[in-house]
Amino acid sequence: MTEASKGTLVTGVIGSDTHIVGNRILSRALEQAGFRVVALGALTPASEFVDAAIETNADAILVSSLYGQGELDCRGFRDLCTEAGLGDILLYVGGYLVVGEQPWESVERRFLDMGFDRVFPPGIRPDDVVGPLADDIAERRGGESLSGDQPADGPS
Amino acid sequence: MNMALLIDFGSTYTKLRAVDLDAAAVVGSGQGPSTVTSDVTVGLDKALTELASHMGGLPRFRHRLASSSAAGGLRMITVGLVPDLTAKAARLAALGAGAKLAGTFSFELTEGDVDDIVDALPDIVLLCGGTDGGNRKVIVHNAQRLAESALACPVVVAGNRSAADTIAGDLQKAGKKIIVTENVMPRHLELNIEPAREAIRQLFVEHIVHAKGIDRARARFDAVLMPTPAAVLQGAHCLADGVAGEPGLGPLVVVDIGGSTTDVHSVCDGHPSHTGVVYHGLPEPHAKRTVEGDLGMRHTARSVVAQIGRDAFSGEAGMSVEAVEALLRRSDDDVGWLPQRDDERQFDQALARRATRLSVTRHAGTHETIYTATGPVTLQRGKDLSEVATIIGTGGVLVHGDDPARTLSAAMAGDHAPLSLMPRSACLMLDADYVLYACGLLGAVEPAAALAFGREALKSLDGERTEKDADHDATAAQ
Repeated sequence: MTEASKGTLVTGVIGSDTHIVGNRILSRALEQAGFRVVALGALTPASEFVDAAIETNADAILVSSLYGQGELDCRGFRDLCTEAGLGDILLYVGGYLVVGEQPWESVERRFLDMGFDRVFPPGIRPDDVVGPLADDIAERRGGESLSGDQPADGPS
Repeated sequence: MNMALLIDFGSTYTKLRAVDLDAAAVVGSGQGPSTVTSDVTVGLDKALTELASHMGGLPRFRHRLASSSAAGGLRMITVGLVPDLTAKAARLAALGAGAKLAGTFSFELTEGDVDDIVDALPDIVLLCGGTDGGNRKVIVHNAQRLAESALACPVVVAGNRSAADTIAGDLQKAGKKIIVTENVMPRHLELNIEPAREAIRQLFVEHIVHAKGIDRARARFDAVLMPTPAAVLQGAHCLADGVAGEPGLGPLVVVDIGGSTTDVHSVCDGHPSHTGVVYHGLPEPHAKRTVEGDLGMRHTARSVVAQIGRDAFSGEAGMSVEAVEALLRRSDDDVGWLPQRDDERQFDQALARRATRLSVTRHAGTHETIYTATGPVTLQRGKDLSEVATIIGTGGVLVHGDDPARTLSAAMAGDHAPLSLMPRSACLMLDADYVLYACGLLGAVEPAAALAFGREALKSLDGERTEKDADHDATAAQ
């Protein structure tokens, strides 16, 4: 880390899900776009996303799920963050979130209701995430910092 | 002659070992009481007199090195952020430095926490929290709380480096002595405890040895190098990994059963031993020490028995529940009693086996199987000790007990904990002459000689085990 980054992100694949490839591509692309990425990899329990976000003072958590169990695994994720003092940390989720053919709008609605800030369908490109993410983080940093923390500076 | 004197200022006894460096052998030993609370030189001189009488006078020693666990040992408090992350890294660092943990804290310290820390009268507080560039709010808050408190001891700061200047300023302004060193977890799940361990050792050598009055005997030795548990860990490290040009024993585990605690040291990478196993959580150090504060032979005998239940323990010891209770009461009243009768020996053996099994089970990592859409996956947490080649036992109950091989074999994997990554087949050895600390001290100046004499001094128990097993099998077959 040689300069202040655009933000610190925690990425990983939640639950008993081993599909790591897409998450790895996304993590690499985000790093190249100037974010600090803490990549937890596959088979990550919800609590480990939260622990990592606390220690690294992350700006956002990006949860991937590709085996259709995402709705079960992500239930209560926002509450977990609130309990842990992460408050309004940005939460994104994406992948094959549910089983079977379901209208995207209804899937998106359910995950937004769970407290995720953005929900991404399968087949998107990393650039589709980078843009909104940079905007969302900048917007939060522009406002009052609720945690009372300075923006994270990398060691020189 | 080329000789070294290795001194251990223990909690009860001051012990000496004289090592002939050329012959790689212990050539003399001596023991006196530990008299740290009055004048440390009295006990040391008694031990030196005993050594001189064994050796026909004291030779000129090339090295005179000491370790100490006297006057309460190195009492430490650790403070981190998340329990499984920086708070765990802080604990691993303090234990690896040979400390006795007087308290471990996570998240923001409350006023009550700070009162507890001050009341615990620690020798050092290790303050951690946040990755580099990560969370700074909590560690800054905790530093301010400590700065405002009546805490008198030095603080080692090993947390988020972005917050280090602020923290150092706050603590120094309040008149606290501090050492700032590298973060114990600079990036997520990256363990970096050596700098913190070294800072703790430095404080121990420069301040605590003086504060505890050990340096009154300074004319009789060259240096106190480290706390005794750190010397044992260093000794284990030297024996396991060897030195340049001379291989060691390979991956090993040391079980040290004491009156109030059981220490376990492991020296091995402990990475997954099969392909397809995924490691999870904070990596653990190559040389790892754990202390079980509820597993010991006297002060904590009651808690060992409570963990398996009094009936089960009585059955295992071959004694009545009343007889077990009588000996537990005796242990409460007199922590120094030694077994004389057969039933007392059985009681001690059963306690030692249980303390061994529980302490190694807690030290070792575990496997967990997760069923995924693509088949089962095995997760590993902690160190895999299944390939450990040697288990070394130390401590009075093993050295003076009836069947140390049987006691020590309780450190092996078994049906009691099928998912535990305990050793599967290892040679059993006994530190019969109490040399591990001496090996660790000598290793700091003459590693090759330390390895050679340490190997010589350990006693293999495998022969005994085989005979006893054969006897047991023969009896069982009849």
